[in-house]
Amino acid sequence: MSEFVTNIRLWFAPEQVRDEGGTPDYRFSLANERTFLAWLRTALALIGGGFAVDQFLPHLRWAWRVGLALALLGAGVLCSLRAVNHWVRCERAIRRGEDLPASRFPAVLSLVVAVVALVMVVVVLAGWAG
Amino acid sequence: MGGVSTARRDPGLQPERTRLAWRRTTLSAAVAAVLAVKTALHGGASVTAVTVCALCCGLFLGFLGVAHRRIRALATRTRPPALAPRHATAAVLCAVALAVCAAVLVV
Repeated sequence: MSEFVTNIRLWFAPEQVRDEGGTPDYRFSLANERTFLAWLRTALALIGGGFAVDQFLPHLRWAWRVGLALALLGAGVLCSLRAVNHWVRCERAIRRGEDLPASRFPAVLSLVVAVVALVMVVVVLAGWAG
Repeated sequence: MGGVSTARRDPGLQPERTRLAWRRTTLSAAVAAVLAVKTALHGGASVTAVTVCALCCGLFLGFLGVAHRRIRALATRTRPPALAPRHATAAVLCAVALAVCAAVLVV
């Protein structure tokens, strides 16, 4: 848990990240940055999906529509927070010359998206419209 | 991790790829903001709707500002500096705030 708090503090403190290890080849930092941006795009796509469920499935019953939209929005928020946390952890590992941190998050995210997609198919096909 | 010898081999490609990644992400943010405006103004232009609409546009502009600063920093002739955690956090907070606006609009 203290590791997590340290990471959150590092989100806001560039000089503390620079204190650790040596300055790496800038290409590694830029590759890490692109991965961060790819995760942020994924998060924005999930948030866009939340809006889309609300806008393009107007005949769905209120509870289903709001539930699916909130599931997508929640996944988007988690994904963006994880993006910055993972970026900080990778940046520290690169500077210290350690292995990059392993993560369970991609598997969890794909499971969540699969479940939401399945629920959406079932709800639309079963016609649980309001 | 030899920065000097390898830097000659790769003068512009990595910064350019990163610049394009920022552009793509800005585009994603624009799509999300357009969907937000559509949702906000769906039920007519009430005071709340216009406020949330303006907030979402402001969040997009904030993201655009972060991306623009970063792209300018990447354009330096020498070694481009690493992304500052503050900027990464600012970009992420724009996305989170957009999601909060979405939750308010949907419920």
